[in-house]
Amino acid sequence: MGSEAHGIPTGWRRWVLSTNHKDIGTMYLIFAILAGIIGGAMSGLMRGELMEPGIDFLTNFTGGDVEAAKHFFNVLTTGHGLIMVFFMVMPALIGGFGNWFVPLMIGAPDMAFPRMNNISFWLLPAAIALLVISIFVEGSTYPGVGTGWTVYAPLSTSGHGGPAVDLAIFSLHLAGASSILGAINFICTIFNMRAPGMTLHKMPLFVWSVLVTVFLLLLSLPVFAGAITMLLTDRNFDTYFFDAAGGGDPLLYQHLFWFFGHPEVYVLILPGFGLVSHIISTFSRKPIFGYLGMAYAMVAIGVVGFVVWAHHMYTVGMDVDTKAYFTAATMVIAVPTGIKIFSWLATMWGGSIKFETPMLFALGMIFLFTIGGVTGVVLANAGVDTAMHDTYYVVAHFHYTMSMGALFSIFAGWYYWIGKMSGKPYPQFISKLHFWVTFVGVNVIFFPQHFLGLAGMPRRIPDYPDAYHLWNYVSTVGYAITGFGTLVFLVGVYMTLRSKERVGDNQWGEGATTLEWTLSSPPPFHQFNELPRIK
Amino acid sequence: MSDSHAPEHDYHLVDPSPWPIVCAVGAFLMAVGAVKYMHELPLLASMPGSYSVVFYIGTFVVLFGAYSWWADVIKEGEHEGHHSPIVQLGLRYGMFLFIISEVMFFVAWFWAYFNASIFPTEAIGAVWPPQDIQTLDPWHLPLVNTLVLLTSGTTVTWAHHALQEGDRKTFINMLIFTILLGAAFTGIQIYEYSIATFAFDANIYSSTFYMATGFHGAHVLIGTIFLMVCLLRGLKGHFTPKHHFGFEAAAWYWHFVDVVWLVLFVSIYVGGAGIVGAH
Repeated sequence: MGSEAHGIPTGWRRWVLSTNHKDIGTMYLIFAILAGIIGGAMSGLMRGELMEPGIDFLTNFTGGDVEAAKHFFNVLTTGHGLIMVFFMVMPALIGGFGNWFVPLMIGAPDMAFPRMNNISFWLLPAAIALLVISIFVEGSTYPGVGTGWTVYAPLSTSGHGGPAVDLAIFSLHLAGASSILGAINFICTIFNMRAPGMTLHKMPLFVWSVLVTVFLLLLSLPVFAGAITMLLTDRNFDTYFFDAAGGGDPLLYQHLFWFFGHPEVYVLILPGFGLVSHIISTFSRKPIFGYLGMAYAMVAIGVVGFVVWAHHMYTVGMDVDTKAYFTAATMVIAVPTGIKIFSWLATMWGGSIKFETPMLFALGMIFLFTIGGVTGVVLANAGVDTAMHDTYYVVAHFHYTMSMGALFSIFAGWYYWIGKMSGKPYPQFISKLHFWVTFVGVNVIFFPQHFLGLAGMPRRIPDYPDAYHLWNYVSTVGYAITGFGTLVFLVGVYMTLRSKERVGDNQWGEGATTLEWTLSSPPPFHQFNELPRIK
Repeated sequence: MSDSHAPEHDYHLVDPSPWPIVCAVGAFLMAVGAVKYMHELPLLASMPGSYSVVFYIGTFVVLFGAYSWWADVIKEGEHEGHHSPIVQLGLRYGMFLFIISEVMFFVAWFWAYFNASIFPTEAIGAVWPPQDIQTLDPWHLPLVNTLVLLTSGTTVTWAHHALQEGDRKTFINMLIFTILLGAAFTGIQIYEYSIATFAFDANIYSSTFYMATGFHGAHVLIGTIFLMVCLLRGLKGHFTPKHHFGFEAAAWYWHFVDVVWLVLFVSIYVGGAGIVGAH
C-alpha cells in the first residue's frame, strides 16, 4: 500500500527519496536561499570592483593580473545572472511556493506526479554543481564562462575554447529538464486535481499565475534546449549554426535565445503577481478587485510575451518595420500589466489595511515593479533603445522588475506563509527592519544606475571614466545596505525556526480565504484525505 | 500517517523512491563525462580508464534509474491498482504535455533550417541548397521511408483497435509489425546517411540536415523501444481492453515522430531538394 500504511518516512529518506510536495517545496526553498547567497556574493564582488574607477579590486583574486580580473568580472556577471534566474527566483517561486501551495490552494493531497517532482528538485543541485565547476576550469584564456547569461555566439563558440562553456551548457540542459518536468507536473495537478466545485474561474490567483508560468516554461524551454545544443555542436562537432563562414547566422542564436528568454522573464515575475494579489487582498480584508480580469491579464501577458522577443535585439540591424512591430507589441504588454497594478490599488481602496510585514513587501513590490515597468515602456521604443541598449539604464530597469519585483514578492510570500509552513511566527521587529533596510538598499543600488545609463555608461564593463564615479560609489554603498538587510533576513529566519511560539490555523484572520488557511500550521504530512468541497 | 483512516480520494500518493536522485546523479555524471570527451578536464585528467568512462557510467546509471522507475510505475498501475480513472487522466495530460514540449524542441531545429534556407547567405552562394551540396533525391529512399512510417502509424492504430476489441493475437501481431517497420525506417535512414555525398561538417546545410533528421531518428529509436516494452508487456498479459494507457502513450509518441517526419520530408527533403548526389 501507499505511505499511509508505513507512516511518515524518517531521517534522510524523508528528504532524499521524498514524494511529498511540502517536503520537496521546503528543499527548494533552502536551495533557493543558498543559491541566492552565492549569487548575491557575486554581485558584491562586482560592486566592489565598480566602487572606484580603475581595476584594482578583483585583482586581489587573480594575483594582480588585470586581464584575468577583467575576465573574472565577466564570469561574475554571467554567474550572477544564471544563478539568480535559474537557481534562486525560479526555485523559490515555482519550486518552493508553487510546490507548497498550489496543491493546498486547490484542495489536492499532493502533486500529480510526486516522484517526478523529486527529480525536478534533484536535477538542480546537479545543474548548479556543473555551473560552479565551470568557474574553475578554462573558459577563454582564463577560467570560467565570461559570456553573460545570454551565452551569445560567437563569444560562446570561437571566443571560449575551454570546457567551461560546455559545463555551463549542460548545467542549463539539466536546469531546463528540471523545469519542463516541473511544468508538466503543475499543469497536470492544476487541470486534474482541483477539489470538487473548484472551477477554473474559482481558482486562487496564485494558482492561475503558476499555471500561466509553467505553460510559458513548457513552450519556451525546449526551444532554448535546442539553441544551446546547437551551441554545443558548433563548439565541438563542426556544425555551422551560428558560424557565418559556413552559411550559419550568429543572429539565429539571439532569436532562439530570446524566444525563450523573454517568456522566461515573465516566468520570474508572474508567480509574484499571483502572490501579491493574495497578500494585498488579505491585508486589505477585501476580495481582490476584478478577479477574472486579474486572471486573464496574466494569460494575456503570457500570450503576448511570446511575440515580443526581438525587442532585446534592436541594435542588431533589424529591418525598421520589424522594429516597429516589436515596439508596438511590447508596449501592448503594459495594458494587462496596468490592469494588474490598478486592480491591486482598487483592492486596497476603502479596505481596512494592516501593515504586516508581507503587506510591506507586497506594497514595495507594487511600487518598485511599477518603476521597472515604466522604464520598460521607455526601452520598448526601438529608437530610444538604440541609445540605451547595453547601458546601465537597462540594468536598472530589469533589476527594478526582477531584484525588486520578483525578490520582494519572494520575501512577501516568505513572511505570508512561513507561519503556515513552519507553524512558527516570524519576528515582528526583525522582519520589518529587513523590509526597510532592503527597501532603502535596493533603491540606493539601482536608482542611480538610471543616471549612469542615461549618461552612457555601458554594462558588463569593469572599469569606467571618473565622470561616473559618484553614482557608482553610491550604488556600491547601496549594496552594503542591502547586504546588511540580507543578514537581517537570515537572523529572522533563524529566530523564526528557533521560536517556541506557535501560530494558529489562520494567523491572518478573515482576509485570508484560501484553502491553506483551513489546515493546521504546519499542515499534516498528507492533507485533504477527504477532499474539500467548494461551494 | 497520523490520520487513522485511508484516504477517501482516488489520487495516487506515491511511496518514497530512490530513482529520481539516482537519475539526477547519473545525468550529472553524463554531463561531466561528455565534457571530458570534448576536452581534457583538469579535475579528471588523472583518472584511470578511457576518456569517456564517466559518460558511460552516467549513462548506465540513468538507464538503470529509468528502468527501475518505470518498472515501479508498471507495478503500481498493473498489479497494485493505483491507476484509478483520474490517475489515468493525469497520465494522459502528462504524456500530451510532454509531446508538446518535444514539438517545441523540434521548432528550434526547423527554425534553424528555415533561417538558413529562406535567407541563404553569400558564404554558401546565396542559394539553397548551397552551391556545393548534392542532396538526396526525395522521391527515392526518403519517400520509401515516408511510406514505411505512415504504414507503421496505421499498424499501431490497428493494434490499438484490436486491443480495444479484446483481440490480443492481432494486437501482438500488429505491434510486432509496427516495431519492424520502425526498425526498417531506422535501417534505411542509416543507409541513407552512409550514401549521402555531403559530410556532417560541410556547411549549414549539413548541420541542419543531420541534426534535424538525427534528432528525429533518435526519437524513432526511443519510440521503437517504447513499443517494444509494450510488446513485452502485452506478451506477459498486461493491458486490458479498457485500461492500457502505457500502450496508448507509446502510440501517441509514435504518431508524434510520424508527424515530425512528414514536416522534415516536406521542408528539408522536398523543399530543399537540389542537384541529386545519390539515390
